Amino acid sequence: MWKFFAKRAGLAVVTLLCVSVILFAVAQVLPGDVGRAILGPWATETQVRALDHQLGVDRPLYERYWTWFSGFVRGEWGTSYLLNRPVAQITFDRLRNSLVLGGFALCLIVPISIGLGVLAALNYGKWLDRCIAIVGLSLIALPEFVTGIIVLAVFAVALGWLPVSSHVPGLNPLDWFRQLLLPSIPLMFVLFGYISRMARAGTVESLRSNYVRTAILKGLPRGTVIWTHVLRNSLLPTITVISVQTGYLVGGLVVTETLFSYPGIGKLVLDSAIGHDLPVLQATVLLVAVLYMILALAADVLYTLLNPRVRLSA
Amino acid sequence: MTGADSSLADRRALQVEGLSVSYLRRGKASRVLSDVSFDVLPGEAYGLVGESGCGKTTVAMAVMRYLAPNARVDAGRILFQGSDLLSAGEGQLRELRGNRMAMVYQDPGSALNPSLTVGRQIAEVYRFHRAMAWNEARDAAMAMLDTVQIPDATRIMGRYPHELSGGQQQRIMFAMALATDPDLLVLDEPTTGLDTTVEAEVLDLVSRLRTKFNASILFISHNLGIVARMCERVGVLYAGRLIEEGPSRDLFAGPRHPYTLGLLRCVPRAGMRKDVHRLDPIAGSLPPLGLDITGCVYAARCQIVRPRCTQEDPPGLPAGERRTSRCFYHGEVPDIPAGAETGERSPHRRGDSALLEIDHLRKAYGARGYQVTAVADLSIELKAGEVLGLVGESGSGKSTLAKCIVGLLEVTEGTILFDGDRLARAADWRNTALRRKLQMVFQNPDTALNPSHSVRRILRRAARLLARDGSSGEIERRVASLAASVRLRPQHLDLKPSALSGGLKQRVAIARAFAGAPALVLCDEPTSALDVSVQAAILNLLADLQAKERVAYLFISHDLGVVRYLSDRIAVMYLGQVVDIGDAEAVFNPPHHPYTEALLSAMPSIDAGQRPARIRLTGSIPNPANPPAGCRFHTRCPRLLGEICRVTEPPWQQDGSGHLYRCHIPPGDLRPIQAGAKTGRDDGGPGAASPQAQ
Amino acid sequence: MDAKGAQASGPAGADGSEAEDASAAGRRRLRVLLIALLQSRTFVVGAAILAFWVLDALFWPLVVPQDPEAMIPEVTLRAPSLAHWFGTDDLGRDVFSRTLAGAASTLTVAPAATALGVIGGILIGLFTGYYRGIADDVIMRIVDSLLAFPLIIIAVLVMSILGPSLVNVILVIGIVFAPIVARTVRAAVLVEREREYVAAAKLLGNSNLYIMFAEILPNIGGPIAVEITIRLGYAIFTSATLSFLALGIQQPSPDWGLTISIGRAFLQIAPWEVLFPAAALATLIVGVNLVADGLRQVLEE
Repeated sequence: MWKFFAKRAGLAVVTLLCVSVILFAVAQVLPGDVGRAILGPWATETQVRALDHQLGVDRPLYERYWTWFSGFVRGEWGTSYLLNRPVAQITFDRLRNSLVLGGFALCLIVPISIGLGVLAALNYGKWLDRCIAIVGLSLIALPEFVTGIIVLAVFAVALGWLPVSSHVPGLNPLDWFRQLLLPSIPLMFVLFGYISRMARAGTVESLRSNYVRTAILKGLPRGTVIWTHVLRNSLLPTITVISVQTGYLVGGLVVTETLFSYPGIGKLVLDSAIGHDLPVLQATVLLVAVLYMILALAADVLYTLLNPRVRLSA
Repeated sequence: MTGADSSLADRRALQVEGLSVSYLRRGKASRVLSDVSFDVLPGEAYGLVGESGCGKTTVAMAVMRYLAPNARVDAGRILFQGSDLLSAGEGQLRELRGNRMAMVYQDPGSALNPSLTVGRQIAEVYRFHRAMAWNEARDAAMAMLDTVQIPDATRIMGRYPHELSGGQQQRIMFAMALATDPDLLVLDEPTTGLDTTVEAEVLDLVSRLRTKFNASILFISHNLGIVARMCERVGVLYAGRLIEEGPSRDLFAGPRHPYTLGLLRCVPRAGMRKDVHRLDPIAGSLPPLGLDITGCVYAARCQIVRPRCTQEDPPGLPAGERRTSRCFYHGEVPDIPAGAETGERSPHRRGDSALLEIDHLRKAYGARGYQVTAVADLSIELKAGEVLGLVGESGSGKSTLAKCIVGLLEVTEGTILFDGDRLARAADWRNTALRRKLQMVFQNPDTALNPSHSVRRILRRAARLLARDGSSGEIERRVASLAASVRLRPQHLDLKPSALSGGLKQRVAIARAFAGAPALVLCDEPTSALDVSVQAAILNLLADLQAKERVAYLFISHDLGVVRYLSDRIAVMYLGQVVDIGDAEAVFNPPHHPYTEALLSAMPSIDAGQRPARIRLTGSIPNPANPPAGCRFHTRCPRLLGEICRVTEPPWQQDGSGHLYRCHIPPGDLRPIQAGAKTGRDDGGPGAASPQAQ
Repeated sequence: MDAKGAQASGPAGADGSEAEDASAAGRRRLRVLLIALLQSRTFVVGAAILAFWVLDALFWPLVVPQDPEAMIPEVTLRAPSLAHWFGTDDLGRDVFSRTLAGAASTLTVAPAATALGVIGGILIGLFTGYYRGIADDVIMRIVDSLLAFPLIIIAVLVMSILGPSLVNVILVIGIVFAPIVARTVRAAVLVEREREYVAAAKLLGNSNLYIMFAEILPNIGGPIAVEITIRLGYAIFTSATLSFLALGIQQPSPDWGLTISIGRAFLQIAPWEVLFPAAALATLIVGVNLVADGLRQVLEE
C-alpha cells in the first residue's frame, strides 16, 4: 500500500514541477516590461533599465527560473512589486483568511448537506427528493456573485442586518457570524450542491444494492439497515467529494472575495495577475497548486483506508 | 373441511393461493403471475422451475414480501404457518424474516456487504433475533461456519466478502439464513453462476443441512436436473401460470403437460449424437409480458392444441396422485410423438488434414515479478470439418485460448498454425483471406451485436468486409442468403438488436460469423446465456450449418451435456492445461482424468441411471498466479497416488483410439477404480427419473 | 381424439425458429425518447425558460422599449417606474432594455465555447479511451492534475495574458472544458470497448478509426448529450464570472456579469441595477440545468 502512495506522491511532485515551469513561462509572457510598469510612462530608459537590473529581470530565462524555484522551495519568495512587502508574509496572511472563511462555511454546511442528501435518497422519487435535488442542482449552477449579490441586497442593503463588505473577524464568536455569514452563503450554496448530490447518489445506489436486500431480508431493524449497511457504503464517495471541495476553498474563492472585498488568497491572485505583480502571482499560484495536490493525496489516503476492497488490494 | 383437513392446513409451512401479481410501468399494468397456487409441507422441498420471464423470482419476492415498488398484488393470499403474509405489518415481517423464514439467492458476491467482515454479518442475525451480546453472537457465528463446512473458521470470521471465493460466499449466505433454524428457506437460483464442481458441493451441503435443520424449502431454478435432484415435489411455471405440479420423480418420468414434455425433450441426453438425433426445440416463443390471452397460455405453441384451448383457460385439473395439470387433454401427453424435425443429418466427414495446430502455447499476464499464466504449454490439433469441444471451469484458460487463436490476445510463447501458415499474433495484422476462414461466435448475445445498428447493417458490413465480390448487388444477395441460412425472416433485418429475443440475436451473430464461408468457427459458450428451449434450436442450427458448410468448430462450454452432443472430440482443461483429450465417448467413459470424472459426477442430470457415484473435489480452484507444483490437480484430486503427484508433472497416458490424459496412474489401473465407482451408484436424488421412462 | 389431426393444425415454424418479438420501441427509439422528455416536467420547464432566453437573444432589438446604450443624464439612478420598468442605471440607461439585451453576449459565448470543448473532448476521450497505453496514461495524468486546480484560477491567469475579448473568452472556456468532457467520454468508451461487439468488429477487420467512430460513438450518445447540457450551464457560469471579474467582455456591453460588476458600487442606492440582471442570469442557468437534469433522468430509464 505504501508503494502505491509513494508512486502517487512522486507523480504529484513531477506534476508540480511541470506546473511551476508553465507558470513561470506564463508569468513571463504577461505583457509589459516590469520596470516600466512600476515607474510609469514618464521615467527615462536609464531609470527603467536600472530598476530592471535591480529586480533581476534582465537575466536569462532559465537562470531566473532556477533562482525563483530554488528560492520558493527554501521559503524565500521575494518581495511584492506593488505592495513592497515580503511575498511570503502577504500570501500566508491571505491564505489564513481564506481558510477561516472556508472553514466556517464547511463546518456549517457539511452536516446539513449530508443529512438532506440522505433524506432525499430515502424518499427517492417523492416530491421531497425532487425538491432537494433540484434545489441542490440550481445552487451549484448559480455563480457565487449572483447568489452573493442577491444575499447582499436583501440582508445588507434592505434589512441592514449585516455589513456590506467583510473583513477578517476577531476572536469574538459573534463577530465571526457578523463578518463571515454573508460571504459564506454563496460558498455554502455551492458546497451544498456538490455534497448533497453525492450523498444522495451514493445512498440511492446503496439502497438498490443486493446487500441491502440481504440485510432487509435478514429482518434487521430499519435503523441498523440504514446506518450499518447503507450509509457505511454510501458515504465513502461523499467523503472524497468533501476532501476535493476543501481544495476549492483554497484559491477558488476569487469571486466571493472580490464581491465582499474580503482579503483572501483568491483575490490576491486576481489582483496580482491584473497588476502584473509577478513574485506574488507566481508564488501564490504555486502555493495553491501544492496545497491542492496535498489535499488530493490526503483524500486518496482517506478513501483507501476506509474502503476495505481498495485497501486490501493496493 | 374435516378436522383432519384443517389440522393439515395449519401444518402447511407455506400456502400460496390464487396469487396474481402485476408490474406497473408508465401507468400500464403487465400481469406477471396469474392464479398461482401451491403448498409446501413442513420439511418438504418444493421446486419451482421455469425459463426466464416465467415469474419464478416474483413468486420468491412475493413470499418474502419484498416486491418492487411498482409491483401490485392483484389477488390471492400467501399463508405462512396459517397467517397471511400479504397483510402483515412491518413489525411482524421483521420478526419473521431472517428468523422463521430466510432467503438465499444468486450472485453471493454482491449480496454481502463489502464493508463489513463476514463474521460480523452472520453475528448480526444472532444479535437481533436471539438478543445475544456481540461476543456470544460471534461464537455462535463461528459454530455456524463449521456447520456449513468452511474450514479455518477463526480466520474467515475476520475476512471481507471479496476475499472469499464464490462457493465460500454462498456458504456464508447459507450460514446467515440457517442461523436461527428457520421453518422456511427460499432458495432462488442459489447455484447459478457457480462453477459446476462448486455447484455440486453447495447442493450437497444443502442436502446435508436438510437432515440437520428440518426446514421447508422452496427451491427456484431454471435447471431441471438440479430440481430433480433436490426436491420431492415440483411445479412448472410458464408465462406466470403454474401449468403442472406433482411429485418430481413422477413428473419428470411422465409429464402431463405439453410444455413440460417439450422442456424435457429439449435437453440433450446421454447417448444422443448430432449425426443421428435432432434436438426437439419448442416451436414459437414466449408470449410478450403482460399480454392478455384468452384461453390456454401455451396454446400458440402446443402440439395438441384444439379449439377449446383457445377459448377457455384450463384450470388445474387432477392428473394423478397428488398431481395437477392445466391442460384439458393432459391424458394424451405421453403419446405426443417427437417433433416434426426427426431424421438424421447427412453425416459429415472429418478431413484428414490438420486445420489448426497449436504448439506449446503459453499466455501469461503481468510483469516479470508477478505473472499469471492463463494458458500453459498447450498443444492440440483440430482437423478440418471436426468439432472439438473444450470444457473447463473458471480459471481453466479456455476463453483465453480462444482469444489467442482468434488474435484478440497476443500469445506469450508458442505457435499457432492455420492451414499450414503461421498466424500473426494480433488480429490487426491478419489479412482478409484469413479473416474469412477464422471467425468467432460470442457468449452474450446482448452485447455481441452493436445496439445502434440494424441487423441488415451488421450483416451487410460483415459481408462487405469478408465477401469476395464487392459489388453492392452481390452483397445484398449475400445478406439475404445469410439471413435465410439462420432462419431469420425478412422483417427481422430492419430491426435493432434490442427488439429481438436472445435466440434471434444469437442467430444474427452466427450469420455474421459465417459471412465469409469460414473453415473454423470458435464458439465461446454460445448457448450459455439462452433458455433451454432456445438453446436446442441454436444447437440444431449449429449442427446443420456444420454439416452443410463442412466447417470445423472449437466449441467452448461448461455444459457437458451440450458438448457431448455436438462434439466429435473433447478436450478438458484445468488451470491452463489440457488434462484429457480424445473422442467424445472415450473421454466420457473410464479410464479418464480424475478431473473429468469429478465433472461428470457433478453434472446435475435428470437421468439418474447415467450418473456415476458422487465424486467430490475438496478445496477450491488454486490461484492461477501460483499453480501447484507437480500435477496441477493434485491439491484436489480424489485419486491422489502420493508424493509423486506433488512433485513430478504427470506424463500423457494413452488409452487406445487416441484418447490421452495426463496422470501418473496408467489406464490399466485407473479403469477398474473408476468403473467400480460407477456401479456403486446412488439413486440420483428424490426426483430423478428412472432411465426407461423416456 | 385425433392427435395427428391436431398436430396438422399446429403452429408454423416447427423447425424451431421463433416468431419475432418486435416492439415498436426498438424501431422508433428517438421518438419514444422525445415523448418521454416532453412528459418530464423538469425538462419542459427548463426548455421553456431556455427557449425564452434564446428567442430574446435573437430578437431583442425588436422588443426593447429603449436603446440599451442610450444614456440620458437626467434620469440616472431612478427606481422602477412606468417609464422604466426596471429603473435606470448610473448613466441613465434603461435597465429593462439592458437586461433583455444582455442575453445576447452570454448566449453567443456559451454555446460556442461548449461546442469547442465538446468536440475537443470527444476526440481526446475517444482516442485515449480506445487506444489506452502510455499516451493515455500521460494525457490523463496531465488532465487530472490540471483539473485539480480551481478552474477560475486558470481562467484568470490565461485571460490576464491574452487580454479580455469575446473570442478569447470562448477559447479559454472551450480549451478548459475539453479535458473535462474528455474524462466523461473516456469513461464511457472504456466500458464500451470491453463489449463483445467491439471484439467482433475487430475480428471482421474493421479499422480502428471505423470502430471508434461508427461502432462505439453512437452508443455513448447518451452520456455525451447529458455532458453537453451540463457544460452549457457551466459555460454560462464561467463567462458571466469572467465578465464580473472584468476579464471578459468590456464596456459598454450590457452583458449581465459586467453590469453586476459595475453596478456593485451603487448597490445601496440603486439595487435594481444589479438585481434584475442577477435574476435574469439565475433563471437562465436554472433553466439550462433543469434541461440537463430532465435529460439525465429520462436517459437513465
